[in-house]
Amino acid sequence: MQFDPFIIPFEIGLYSIVIYAVVRSVMWFRDLSKQDKLRLQRGFFGRSFGRSIREIFMESLIHRKILKANPRLGYMHMSLAFGWFLLILFGTLEADIFGSSHLNPPYKAIFFKFFNPDHGRTGFEAVWSFIMDFLLAFILSGLILAIIKRVSSRVVGMRKTTKLKPLDKVALISLWTIFPSRLLAESFTSGAYGTGSFLTGSLGSWLASFLPANEMAYPFWWLYSLSLGTFFVLLPLTRYMHIPTELFLIFARNSGITTGDKAGAFTEMQIYSCSSCGICIDACQLNFSTGITNIQSAYLLKGIRNGDNINDISFNCLMCGRCDQKCPVGIELTPIRMIRRRAGETHPVEKKLLERYFPDKPAVQLPKANGKPSYNFLPAIEPGQADVVYFAGCMTHLTPSIRNAMISILDASGVKYKFIDENGGVCCGRPLMLAGQDKEARELINFNSQLILRSGASTLVTSCPICYKVFRESYYLNVEVLHHSQFIRNLIDDGSLKLNFLRKKVAYHTPCDLGRGSGVYDEPKDVLRYVSRLQATDADDENSLCCGGSLGNMKISYHQKHKIATDAAAILTKDNPDILATACPLCKKTFASATKTKVADIAEIVAEAIVQPNPVRNVADTQSTPLHSQMPLSTV
Amino acid sequence: MEKFGFSILKERHIDYDANDKSIAEYISEREPSFRICIECGCCTATCTTGNFTSFSLRELQILIKRGENDKVRDNIKKCMLCGKCTLVCPRGVNTRNVVTLAREAFENEIENAV
Repeated sequence: MQFDPFIIPFEIGLYSIVIYAVVRSVMWFRDLSKQDKLRLQRGFFGRSFGRSIREIFMESLIHRKILKANPRLGYMHMSLAFGWFLLILFGTLEADIFGSSHLNPPYKAIFFKFFNPDHGRTGFEAVWSFIMDFLLAFILSGLILAIIKRVSSRVVGMRKTTKLKPLDKVALISLWTIFPSRLLAESFTSGAYGTGSFLTGSLGSWLASFLPANEMAYPFWWLYSLSLGTFFVLLPLTRYMHIPTELFLIFARNSGITTGDKAGAFTEMQIYSCSSCGICIDACQLNFSTGITNIQSAYLLKGIRNGDNINDISFNCLMCGRCDQKCPVGIELTPIRMIRRRAGETHPVEKKLLERYFPDKPAVQLPKANGKPSYNFLPAIEPGQADVVYFAGCMTHLTPSIRNAMISILDASGVKYKFIDENGGVCCGRPLMLAGQDKEARELINFNSQLILRSGASTLVTSCPICYKVFRESYYLNVEVLHHSQFIRNLIDDGSLKLNFLRKKVAYHTPCDLGRGSGVYDEPKDVLRYVSRLQATDADDENSLCCGGSLGNMKISYHQKHKIATDAAAILTKDNPDILATACPLCKKTFASATKTKVADIAEIVAEAIVQPNPVRNVADTQSTPLHSQMPLSTV
Repeated sequence: MEKFGFSILKERHIDYDANDKSIAEYISEREPSFRICIECGCCTATCTTGNFTSFSLRELQILIKRGENDKVRDNIKKCMLCGKCTLVCPRGVNTRNVVTLAREAFENEIENAV
C-alpha cells in the first residue's frame, strides 16, 4: 500500500463533502411535500431519469446555455467543469490501467504522478499522459479567463460580475490554487524523472535545469492536496454549493416539481443552486438603464442564503422575468422573489457555523391574522348574463382609447357580450400580490370571481396582461380566459371580423406579463401581421424589454422609470416604425411619454382597420351615434 | 387667553402640539417623493377604490402630514394598490410606495405598542 501523509487534507475534504452531500440530499428529500416526494420517486425511477442525466451532462458540465448566450464566458465555465470532470475520469482510468492494482482509492488517481513518477515514457503510456496534459492545459486556459474576469469582466463579454463575500473569496482562491499547484507538482516530479508530456514534461525539464526538482516537488504536492481539501470543506458555506445542489435540482425539476407560490424544499434547493455567475445582472434593465447593480436575483438569493436583510432588494425589481429567461441553471427567480415579498419584512439573522452547514427547515409563513376585512365597502354588482364577458381592468379605464377600440371591435364582430366593469371595476388583485399582500388580494379575487360566476360566462376577455396573468393563475374559474389579442385573432380566424390592411410599419413590444409571464407571444403578432407590416426588433419574444412602468417595482422613482422607458423605446423604434404597438395599457401609457413614435394598443390598430359598412348619414345622425363606434385611431 | 369675540370651529382646528408626525416622517424618509406632493387630487380623481367609497388619497396624505393619524389608520387599508394614481400624478410621486409604507408604519406602531 503506497501512502504519504500529504494526502490527508485531500482525504478529509473529499470524504466530508461526500458525506455532507448525502446528508443534505436526505434533508431536502425529507422537507419536500408528500406530493413532491412521490413525484421525485417516480421521476428518479422513471423515464425522466435519462433526461436528467442528459441535462446534467449538457448544462452542469458543458454549460450549453451559457455557451450559446456568451461563448467566452461559456468556455470559461466549460473548461473548469467539463475539464475537471474529464481529468478525474481519465485520472481514475489511468490509475486503474497503469497502477499496481485495480479499483484504487480516489487519492491514487488524483496524485497518480506522485506514486508513479516513472509512468508515461513510451507507447500507450505516453499517449495517455499527453491526454492528461491536454486536459490540464484546457482547465488552465479557463482559469486564466476566470482570473482576467475578476479584474475586468468586459473581457468575457459581461458588463458586471458579482461581488463576493470573504468566505467566497477564500474558496475562490483555493479553487484557483488547485490547478497551478497540480501543474507545478507534476512538472517538478516529471522534471526529476525525465517523464511527462508536452506541458508537464517541457515545463519540468526547464525547471529542473536550474532548480532541485526532486526536492521542490514535495511541497507542491502538499499545496495541491491542501487546496483541494480547503475547497471541499468550505464548499457548503460558499456559492460553490451550487455544484452538488444543481444535480439534485435537475432531478427534482425533471420529475415535474415546480416552485408554485409557497416556500419549501424546492425553493431552498434553487436558492443553493445559484452559482452567482452574474448573467442575471447583465440581463437586468435596472442595471443597464438606471445603474442599479445591487438588487439582481444573484444578490437576492445570496441574501436569502446568508440571512441578510433583503427587504429593499426584494421589492426593487420590475418583475419582468428577463433574468428567469437568461438563468443558465433555470432557477425560477421571479416566483422566488414573489414568495420573498409575501414573507414580509425580514431581519438579519446571525447564524452559527453548524447552522450554516445544516440550515433549519424553511419556515412556512402563516398568513397574518388581522381580523378585519379591508374591502367590505364593495357593493354587490349585478353583471347580467352573457356568454362572453369583457373585463377591461383598471389600466384600460385609464386609457379610454383602448376601451373604446375594444367596444367597437366587439360591436363590429357581432359577439354578444357584457362589459362587466363598464362603470369602473374592482382591481384584479395582482398589484396587491406584487406588493406581497396576498390576504388582501384574496378578498378582491373572491369579489371578482363571484361577479364572473354570476354572469354565467364561458369566456372572459381582458385588455390588460396584468389581469390576464392573475385570472389564469390565481382565480379558480371554470372559464376560458383570453387576452384581447387572442380574442381578436379568434374573431379574424372565424371570419366574424372584417379588416382592411393598413399601410403602416409597426414594431411590436411584448408586455412582460403577457409574454414571459403567460407565454403569449404569437397571437398579438399574428393580428398585427394581418393588418399591418410588422417589423422585427432587437427585443422580440423571450428577449423583450420591460417598459419600466411595471407595478412590480415599489422603489424606483419616476425619473428612473422614465429612463428605462426611453431606453426600451429607443431600442424598439430603431427602424423608425410608424406605430409602436403594444398589447398592454400600462406599457402604452408608459411609452407614450418616452418616445416620439406614435404608441398604440393592438386593439386600437385593429379598430382603425375595421371595414366600415359605409352607412349613409346625415349631419343630425352623427350626434346620436355612440362615440366609440365612429372614433378613428388618429383622434384618440 | 385673549377674547377675540369669535371662535374657530373644532373640526377645522389643527393642533400641531397634539399631533403625531412620526408616520409622515417614516414615509418621507423612505420615499422622498412624498414631500413633493402638491395635493392636486389627480390620484383621488382616478382612484379605483374612490369609485365605490369616499376614499381619497389626497385627503389621507394631508392628514398624515398634519399628523392626524387616527383618521388614516383604517382608511388606508381600502387602497387596492392598482397603481393608476402613480401613473396620473403630475409630480411623479410614487403613491403606491407611500400607501405601502403608511400601512407598514401603522402595523409597526401596533407591534411596538404591545
